[in-house]
Amino acid sequence: MRYLPNSPAERAAMLEATGHRSIEELFEQIPERLRLRGQLDLPGPLSEPEILEFFRQAAGESSREYFTLLGAGAYSHYRPVTIDALLSRGEFFTAYTPYQAELAQGTLQAMFEFQTLITQLTGMEVSNASLYDGSTATTEAVLMALRITGREKVVVARALHPEYRQVLATYVRHQGIEVREVAYAPSGQVDLSGLEAALPPETAAVVIQSPNFFGALEPVRQIAELAHQRGALLIVSITEPLSLGIVQPPREADIVCGEAQSFGVPVAFGGPYVGFLACRDKFLRQMPGRLVGQTTDSEGRRGFVLTLATREQHIRREKATSNICTNQSLCALAATIYLCLLGKKGLKALAEQNLAKAHYAAAQLRTVRGVAAPFSAPFFNEFVVKVPGEADELLAALREEKIIGGLDLGRFYPELQNHLLVCATETVSRAAIDRMRAVYQRFQVSGSSKSPAAEIQSASVGHN
Amino acid sequence: MYPQEFLYTKDHEWIRVDENIGTIGITDHAQKELGDIVFVELPKAGDHVTAKESFGTVESVKAVSEIYSPVDGDVIAVNPKIQASPELLNADPHGDAWLIRVRLADRGDVEGLMTAEEYEAYISQEKAH
Amino acid sequence: MENRIRHARTHITRNEDLVFERTSPGKSGVALPPLDVPSVPADQILGSDFHRDEIEGFPEVSELDVIRHFTRLSTWNYGVDTGLYPLGSCTMKYNPRVNEVVARLEGLASDHPYAPEALAQGCLRVLHETARCLAEITGMDAVSLQPAAGAQGELTGILMIRACLADRGDPRKFILIPDSAHGTNPASATISGYEVRNIKSNAQGCVDLGELDRALTGDVAGLMLTNPNTLGIFEAQIAEICELVHSRGGLVYMDGANMNALVGVARPADFGVDVMHLNLHKTFTTPHGGGGPGSGPVAVKRFLEPYLPTPVVEKTKEGTYRLDHNRPKSVGRVRAFYGNFGMAVRALAYILANGPAGLRQTTEDAVLNANYVMARLKDLYDLPYDQPCMHECVFSDRRQAARGVRTMDIAKRLIDYGFHPYTTAFPLIVSGALMIEPTESAGKTELDEFIEAMRSIAEEIEEDPQFVLKAPYSTRVSRLDEATAARKPILRWKA
Repeated sequence: MRYLPNSPAERAAMLEATGHRSIEELFEQIPERLRLRGQLDLPGPLSEPEILEFFRQAAGESSREYFTLLGAGAYSHYRPVTIDALLSRGEFFTAYTPYQAELAQGTLQAMFEFQTLITQLTGMEVSNASLYDGSTATTEAVLMALRITGREKVVVARALHPEYRQVLATYVRHQGIEVREVAYAPSGQVDLSGLEAALPPETAAVVIQSPNFFGALEPVRQIAELAHQRGALLIVSITEPLSLGIVQPPREADIVCGEAQSFGVPVAFGGPYVGFLACRDKFLRQMPGRLVGQTTDSEGRRGFVLTLATREQHIRREKATSNICTNQSLCALAATIYLCLLGKKGLKALAEQNLAKAHYAAAQLRTVRGVAAPFSAPFFNEFVVKVPGEADELLAALREEKIIGGLDLGRFYPELQNHLLVCATETVSRAAIDRMRAVYQRFQVSGSSKSPAAEIQSASVGHN
Repeated sequence: MYPQEFLYTKDHEWIRVDENIGTIGITDHAQKELGDIVFVELPKAGDHVTAKESFGTVESVKAVSEIYSPVDGDVIAVNPKIQASPELLNADPHGDAWLIRVRLADRGDVEGLMTAEEYEAYISQEKAH
Repeated sequence: MENRIRHARTHITRNEDLVFERTSPGKSGVALPPLDVPSVPADQILGSDFHRDEIEGFPEVSELDVIRHFTRLSTWNYGVDTGLYPLGSCTMKYNPRVNEVVARLEGLASDHPYAPEALAQGCLRVLHETARCLAEITGMDAVSLQPAAGAQGELTGILMIRACLADRGDPRKFILIPDSAHGTNPASATISGYEVRNIKSNAQGCVDLGELDRALTGDVAGLMLTNPNTLGIFEAQIAEICELVHSRGGLVYMDGANMNALVGVARPADFGVDVMHLNLHKTFTTPHGGGGPGSGPVAVKRFLEPYLPTPVVEKTKEGTYRLDHNRPKSVGRVRAFYGNFGMAVRALAYILANGPAGLRQTTEDAVLNANYVMARLKDLYDLPYDQPCMHECVFSDRRQAARGVRTMDIAKRLIDYGFHPYTTAFPLIVSGALMIEPTESAGKTELDEFIEAMRSIAEEIEEDPQFVLKAPYSTRVSRLDEATAARKPILRWKA
């Protein structure tokens, strides 16, 4: 087997040195009745060309030929080729966690740079070296707030990503924590009066997303005031942090967390991604996850180490701040490289391009009779439209044009049937947006897959 | 080596009792085992401590240890130097780096604690394992 | 001291500034394509409350600057590609290159998780097939690839135990964990709402049946154990252990971190294990990446299948694939979307490359390599449990400690010989542990060089322990001041 570096002669020599007569003897410590008889029923072995063929076939059965207007927590952005060129260096991707700092200064310095970039983007004072993804980062932020305040109630915006809310529920189910949801207003943002009414005195945290699941930017300052009045912390989760290129970070928040996948990490059917979590200095000791700190060696040279490890599972065990053992180092490295390539001006320019594409798409769609834009809040690169007729029929028609037109919100919000969440990043061409509009236009004229005559007939017999 | 006027616990805390005031710290043995101390978590004045229960933690780079109270009592003072300079615990654990002072609920509480000789015998026995 | 060091060492270059220190205004590393739609005035669209100007302190460097900066940083790292990486319990094995190519194929790297199922058949097929192979390897009946890492897999497993017992009327209160366990075990149990009870290992470093019997009160939900255990020793009484736990109404969770000793040789389902997790970044070659991403799928017996995280990938009668979200007994979600799909691709590629015979050979080589190292070092380093090991062996620094040299010091000196250290000071039940896992990705030549290095260091300790105490000498930085890093943390660059 080509991955194995020993020849039969070498194996025999090593076996002899162990004093055993056969490999089977080495497995004698496993009781005989527990040992596998025969072989596993698995495919292979395949040669390299056969492996490539297998996966190429799978890759063919995908949406790679389509323009995708899906966001909803995972964003399609162009990945500069420099990223993979650097990630492919064996010293980066085949290295372990940097516990032996002298042999891992490359990873450690890169993570220190990641932490710095995240603080610059979010306006917070300290960041960790990444967490699994946005959904668990948001959950970890809540657990942090519970520890810091010693309280047991959490208020969460309904406009926070539905799957993020599900993950939070899973994690707090057995900890006696009460989670309340607060609705969204007609603007698409958190309903502020609803929030005020919903905030019990013993609230540990208020959790919002901005831009939220509908793409709307949240009024962070007002929400922070309400939360802080009650002694609660404000947690802001950001699933599309590219927005921070032209949108003010939530400086009034206590913890800013979210998903950094937009920064050079492939969409890859949902993972691996990279969560981030940043907060004010005073909460440092309650932060989960790995932290890289700057220090000096015995000669006074600057170096980097994992630090404040005593918060973590391998030391605290059952008293740990979290059970997390890993960060997403290689994905965080991809994000670091991506942000360095874009730089101050590139990040702003790319954010402006996203803003332009989404606002062009929204404007174009709104010119079609029967299309409504239900939410009035400002948005970055995602927005909601109410479509004329049935969303699934419209989406099917768009697919025939090789366009995946958005997410049917009825899937997560029963009150939003026939509403689509549409995301237009720099990867969606004007031509595709115009084709999309043309489909909407065709569709709207007939109103459904039925002909206009049939529609009138069904309307007259009282069908809805 | 170990001050005669202190009494000692199996968890490596020491206490010096004057009238009904106890001054509590960790022993030289404890600070050696922990290594470079980086952070100490202590209660506030006014808090209550309970015999054999944890009242705080001492952290080194690689380990965390609970600190257990030898007695029941109310905290009347917390050493102000410790938070800013946890390394004091490595330098002078029996003197400058006392941790808290408590008013004892019951002076009889200290029965059952070890003398300096008993403690030294105890730790040399531990080392042998 | 004469120079006995012959092995290749990592490249040492000059100091490398932080990217923020190399910044120069006006530079950029990308050129964006021109905008094909009208640009919009951000300050007006967003309003002054929301609009942000440029980010203070953000880097401005060219593409070449980025290439050089990160290339230079990489030369300070040691990876599996560089040489033997004997970290116990981490399984630092070869990361096949074809895995990286297939994971990057467009269509696998670019599909959106909410793409219509009809257009995601390739991705769903990969998830389904990977799950099937992992089920076959473990002997279990169902697998979820949702957990993002081993620790999350553990959490998921314990949550499922809880859900199942709650369904039966009583979730109970305690989880039993051996004192040799990895730190994630008790942490995961606590988050699931259980209290942890530690059980002491016996003189062989294994679970003591008598202790277990006494600890199994009626309010114990289950036992979490690692097999082979963290000493690299197989729990020979595993079947009896599972029977005992089951007889008291509890369930058995197995931490699959050490599967590299078992693939193709034995299956945890046959031991009586009810639920377990796997570490794709250990046994199944997905790269460690400097600390992640990993992947920690859970595998369960049929009776636990209803509790798996939502959604579950299913194959329909017509042979297509779909996501089943209708799972009323599920423990819920442990993360958004479906798991670290990119890692499933790599693991599947590894399984396909090997086939059943290759996987078995891999396991045999891993176990042989560890026993070879043990046999050739046991005369110089103390072996607390002198019996055949599986894929890793554990020494203690007792002999060297008598000269004032501990396991961490020996590890630092090993760096000078051109190797990455083994795992120091774990498991906690061995005083001054040296945990060595060569994996199958170690040829005899390299193992002999490693053994020679360890033997040489043992000699150095006899001759001149002070010299060893100040190691390493050959790295870019000498021992770093971790105490100050913790006392006065500097966690970001500031202008």
